[in-house]
Amino acid sequence: MLSCSEKGRTERVLTVCPYCGTGCGLYLVVEDGHIAGVEPDSLHPVNEGELCVKGYFGYQHVEDPRRLTAPLVKKDGRFTPVSWDEALNFVAGRLTRIRQESGPDAFVLFASARATNEENYVAQKFARAVMGTNNVDHCARL
Amino acid sequence: MTNSIPEISQHTDVIFIIGSNTAECHPLVARHVIKAKERGAKLIVADPRLTEMANKADIWLRVPAGYNISLINGLLHVIVKEKLYNSDFVQNYTEGFDDLEKAVERYTPAYVEGLTGIPQQDLVEAARLFARAKNAAILYCMGVTQFSYGTGTVVSLSNLAVITGNLGRPGTGVNPLRGQNNVQGACDMGCLPNLLPGYLAVTDEGYRARFEKEWHVKLPSKPGLRIPEVADAILGGRVRAAYVFGENPVMSDPDSDHLRHAFEHLDLLVVQDIFLTETARLAHVVLPAACWGEKEGTFTNTERRVQRVRKAVNPPGEARDDWWIFSALAQKMDYGRMNYLHPQEIWDEVRRLVPEKFGGITHSRLEKVRGINWPCPAEDHPGTPILYQGGKFATPSGKANLRPVFFDPVRIPEEVGEFKNALAGKITELPDEEYPFTLTTGRRGYHYHTGTMTRKSWPITQVTPEQLIEINPRDARKLGIEDGDFVRLSTRRGSIAAKAWVTERVPEKTVFTTFHFWEANVNELTVNSTDPAACIPEFKVAAAKVEKITPAEFQAILQEKKKKYLVDLEAEVAGRLKSGRREAHV
Repeated sequence: MLSCSEKGRTERVLTVCPYCGTGCGLYLVVEDGHIAGVEPDSLHPVNEGELCVKGYFGYQHVEDPRRLTAPLVKKDGRFTPVSWDEALNFVAGRLTRIRQESGPDAFVLFASARATNEENYVAQKFARAVMGTNNVDHCARL
Repeated sequence: MTNSIPEISQHTDVIFIIGSNTAECHPLVARHVIKAKERGAKLIVADPRLTEMANKADIWLRVPAGYNISLINGLLHVIVKEKLYNSDFVQNYTEGFDDLEKAVERYTPAYVEGLTGIPQQDLVEAARLFARAKNAAILYCMGVTQFSYGTGTVVSLSNLAVITGNLGRPGTGVNPLRGQNNVQGACDMGCLPNLLPGYLAVTDEGYRARFEKEWHVKLPSKPGLRIPEVADAILGGRVRAAYVFGENPVMSDPDSDHLRHAFEHLDLLVVQDIFLTETARLAHVVLPAACWGEKEGTFTNTERRVQRVRKAVNPPGEARDDWWIFSALAQKMDYGRMNYLHPQEIWDEVRRLVPEKFGGITHSRLEKVRGINWPCPAEDHPGTPILYQGGKFATPSGKANLRPVFFDPVRIPEEVGEFKNALAGKITELPDEEYPFTLTTGRRGYHYHTGTMTRKSWPITQVTPEQLIEINPRDARKLGIEDGDFVRLSTRRGSIAAKAWVTERVPEKTVFTTFHFWEANVNELTVNSTDPAACIPEFKVAAAKVEKITPAEFQAILQEKKKKYLVDLEAEVAGRLKSGRREAHV
């Protein structure tokens, strides 16, 4: 994976606010590979160079030290960091067994109104094409 | 939305906001409303709370929580009686007007005042203002939908827009303000148990065949479970495994203790997220996801505007894009049709499968513009900010359907049986002697949903550090509660404790609070009764009681909640995950 911002350089990356459904345009200001701030997009027809308090200040979670940085499997009641391979093998094995024993509808997927279109498309494809169930929903109602 | 946001400030003459705390929950939509007002537009707001928008309204209709249908039927009654409807539009583009006319007959201003307390003169004025506008737009949010009769309420609003001919033109429409950045997109992409991507029914053989051909599998035809049905399916032994990504249901779902209890009975709970959320703490496996700002793709906003989101920084440690995780898992399970290299490849598959809506929206077009509103069937198509232009509706007849909607707080009105296609509702849990308050719920301007993201931003937590329970000064006086006192708020499902905010924002006998804080999560108290069509829970009305408590009692309750939500686990795990930050992963 390429580093998006070289050391000593400031870049502005045009994107869309991650909070409500208004979809305001904003720039992430990146310094030395870290988010240094947010600037509103003045050319966006909805927010026209303005943002709300969440848009301006709600980016700090991205680099919070509590972010998850490794797959975790609960072993003897304790979360234990494992490799991707081990975590995915574990999940794939358990899902395959549960599907064999109880059928595809013993699985449910809660998708995410916070993730991208592409991720949601892939998630429902996983439920329908891989698991074989229509038990896929998300928090549209909540 | 049937229309787009910028039209409000440019074209709308009368804005009717109902069940939307726009200034706090969609501030940049509220800005267009204010700009419209500066241009001379009039604002009608229906809300039980004195929100910032209600405060700016030309007419504020203080409808009690749960009584929206009575109010809207009252508006329809006045418009029909005074013949203020658009008779050409009704004649040419609608069906069902006669039934609607009959159905709203009894919702006279006097009857509506008796039910809701809204002064007759205000109702009549609001109806006249709305109906006489050149372009009137309705904006609504969860204060309309989160009831066991939410579908009926939306249909009532549609009736109002239709009989006044306020559809298909700039500055009009029925406009839901969607709560999450990509809730529109998650629906568009088929993350619904009855619909494939593009709103194609799973029960339709032809639509399934379209996807079966691309995906190389036989697809299930039976609609799946909806989220509010999942807890009982787990406890009944029908569901054994749940996979949750980017969602925190033990905080956000109604009667949340019930769902937590169900999750504890799963054979497998996988949670894929950016933090060890309240839900993730219960999981057997937690998968670390890349976050907004760390990945490429698209979001679709409430106007159906598909926009590019871009990567600015690398994800920390081993965190990966959600699409990568699902693809890798599919490969482990021997499914070979999910080997993607980039989100653009995934989006192109969506375009191929649902060309009628997304075919013309390419990543390269999105590089040049601030989004494209679907439907956009071809690359030379400009997109569709306004639906139903020329009076063409997505019904079998092509005409807009008017449907009678009835409401009574206590029982489903009998007239509903006299009409075909009628809808009706009643409140699930009304206040009584033991639980004399109506509890209604929502958000605050500074925080977002379950606080997973906003509570990690210090400028935000500094301004809004804690939960507050809004209570009217007259009620507070009767209970000996002063502003800032600790109170316990209880329903039949449970209790939470927080400081009281004694304020005229809420009417008498109504209390309001949010689901931002695990310390006092209102969803431990909400009712899990749902709308039969949309399965949306009745978050906005529950019967509650309020008691003053001592700071020591508050501390004891806080310790209980801390244990229940395994609060210390997040810091403990983070500490052990010696965060191999960005550089380590490049």
